[in-house]
Amino acid sequence: MTIDDLMLQRGEWLQGTGPMSDVVISSRIRLARNLANYPFRNRAGESDLAEILRTVSEGALSCRSCKDAVALDLDPADPLDRQVLVERHLISRQLADAPGPRGVVVTRGETLAVMINEEDHVRLQALRSGLQLVALWGEINALDDELAERVEFAFDGRLGYLTACPTNLGTGIRVSVMLHLPALKLTNEIVRVARAAEELRLAIRGLYGEGTDAVGDFYQISNQTTLGKSEEEIVEEFGESIIPRVVEYERAARQALIEKRPVQLDDRIWRAFGNLRTARIISSEETLLHLSHLRLGIATGRFPKMDVKELNDLIMPTQPAHLQKRTGRTMSGEERGALRAEYLRERLHRLN
Amino acid sequence: MAIPCQACEKNSACVHLTDIRPSGEAVERHLCESCAMKEGVAVKPHTMSATVLEEFIKQGLGLKSLAERVCPQCGASFKDFHEQGLLGCPYDYTAFADLLKPIIEKAQEGAARHTGKTPGPSDESARRQTTLSRLQRSLKQAVETEQYEAAARLRDEIRILEER
Repeated sequence: MTIDDLMLQRGEWLQGTGPMSDVVISSRIRLARNLANYPFRNRAGESDLAEILRTVSEGALSCRSCKDAVALDLDPADPLDRQVLVERHLISRQLADAPGPRGVVVTRGETLAVMINEEDHVRLQALRSGLQLVALWGEINALDDELAERVEFAFDGRLGYLTACPTNLGTGIRVSVMLHLPALKLTNEIVRVARAAEELRLAIRGLYGEGTDAVGDFYQISNQTTLGKSEEEIVEEFGESIIPRVVEYERAARQALIEKRPVQLDDRIWRAFGNLRTARIISSEETLLHLSHLRLGIATGRFPKMDVKELNDLIMPTQPAHLQKRTGRTMSGEERGALRAEYLRERLHRLN
Repeated sequence: MAIPCQACEKNSACVHLTDIRPSGEAVERHLCESCAMKEGVAVKPHTMSATVLEEFIKQGLGLKSLAERVCPQCGASFKDFHEQGLLGCPYDYTAFADLLKPIIEKAQEGAARHTGKTPGPSDESARRQTTLSRLQRSLKQAVETEQYEAAARLRDEIRILEER
């Protein structure tokens, strides 16, 4: 399997399936691990990093969880290929841009990824569309157990898994759920969600995690504390309490829009459709903004021209790296904007 | 009777200092809390945290030697951690245990002890069974309390787990 093979797939986070997929785009669990007998990443030398990369890649590939996986060496890789992996949520921006030997082991279905030499030596990731945290925990826990039989992780009886940054200490778990909250955004109730999240010590971020803004009403909510609670407690709190509450809130806001401001709602949806269908140059941010409104139209039954899967299939191909990868060359922002607009016009024209 | 503050001469003093002059002469000083803070000799108890520690480090005051403590395994100093936010190796947690304790507690909502999983082989099917029975219990409870949406969600999760 190569990057080109991945390009032919929809991408796990955009399957549009799973529980609560009217609001929940995708769920992700990440575990931070480090090898016991090496310095952490920032003090490790080139040869340490190369050794860690080899050991962890080989270990991961021999795990049953990763039987159809492929190891991608990221240091010599084309920057565009790395960016494709970022857009598919298979590696972080940090791993894409970091110097030195580093890599990722990815399963064919894109549900499991083992990032090597990111901030920590090992970052395991399980990803699925919809709200599926219990299933994800089962998958990532099994992979973690298998990997622990092959390499020795840095672990302390009192402090748990030792990480380069104390904010990941203990379980090393980061549970993140990507939500589509257009109605809360339109009604400005999102401010209240943000405030509540802050009180619960949760982080709210944009589509591509740390340091990114919420583009197109896509928000990522994740836990910030990793010590003192068990993985199951954190997973359950998210899956049974926190996320369902936000989902209910968004659904209520959508219902209120339908009942009290149907014309404004339709205006948003159909203008979005008009923009996407007529634009001659369009940025990926503007594309996401309009696609977000179309998605709201689909979810509220007011835009019957397409379903969520068809809509999701417009998201990945219009991302900058995917666009360039398909064309086979790097392009300027303006060139990309024109090509993106052309692609969208062509795809949306078929709907008539 | 309370001693009045020597600086403002209004409040009663609660900070008592003995300055040693370059000549070797000892001078006693009595200050109230706000005057002591103005002079930088006292800090509010709740701000005694990593930031204050950092201040001390920057000013090169009494705690200088702490910041320059070095991990015998990787050679990283505590100052390195303060500058980069990242530790040098797993042993740093032992070498800087006392210095990291307040930082960890601040970052982790006061938690100081890991209660999650431990590395090592465990029986996968046994664990799956535990998860399944827990979910089934929750499902039964959800149905009994007529929380149908939660029940549907649990049913989906059980199905996914059983299919694997």
